[in-house]
Amino acid sequence: MAEPIKIRALLQGDSTEIRVLLQHPMETGLRKGSVTGEMIPAHFITMCTVSAHGKVLVSAQLNTSISRNPLFVFQSKGLKVGDRIVVAWSDNRGEQRSDEAAVLAA
Amino acid sequence: MPAGSAVGIPLRRLLIRSAAGAAAVGALCSTGLLRPRQVLAAEWNRAGFTATSLAEALKASGATASVESGAITIKAVEISENGAQVPCEIISSIANSQSIAVFVDKNPMPLAASMSFANGALPRVRLQLKMAESSRIRVVVKTDDGKTYHASREVRVTLGGCSA
Repeated sequence: MAEPIKIRALLQGDSTEIRVLLQHPMETGLRKGSVTGEMIPAHFITMCTVSAHGKVLVSAQLNTSISRNPLFVFQSKGLKVGDRIVVAWSDNRGEQRSDEAAVLAA
Repeated sequence: MPAGSAVGIPLRRLLIRSAAGAAAVGALCSTGLLRPRQVLAAEWNRAGFTATSLAEALKASGATASVESGAITIKAVEISENGAQVPCEIISSIANSQSIAVFVDKNPMPLAASMSFANGALPRVRLQLKMAESSRIRVVVKTDDGKTYHASREVRVTLGGCSA
């Protein structure tokens, strides 16, 4: 089971800062294991979406050159305290994860 | 107790449980809380992401004819000690910006990310890149009318992040 997505959404003035931490190894496929010396196969998030009210705010396509356990920070207007932010990702092996959090007052 | 029923009961329970699970997922889908299509909304740009040269990656992203713009801000450190995690902030002040694509010129696969913004999301992002070596970070912004703009910034890396 994939690790949970950490989400924090803070309403600041009229825009909401959405911090998303995707817990994922983001293996490039270009790296050798320290023990076996064999290439570690690529394992990385390819698609990630941030949604609210059933509408997609941000739709991201990612490559292996995004860091391990990457943090993303987005900004959105039109959200209010208590709105549910849903973040979902899928990776190159077909694994998926979706989590949600409410918008908080800063 | 016959061996068959000992196996049969948990299996039946499992089936009941999974049927209930499927129904729950179905209910979530119908209320819009969980939409499988959101993740699969757009096809992963395989040609762009697997391109090994900047020219190919730009071509596969439809970004060959972009115009240089001062309205794109790229914030990143000048020298990064660790190429495995280079924080970078991108802000587009171009009206009707729709998407932001990030290229690291000298990475084995230059296209790092492509993000589109809608429904109130502002065309800005903070993310963490891997950089194989010192390189230019190039950002391409696409607007609603299909025009593309770019800006770039040099980042020096003292320890490459390709093996991380």
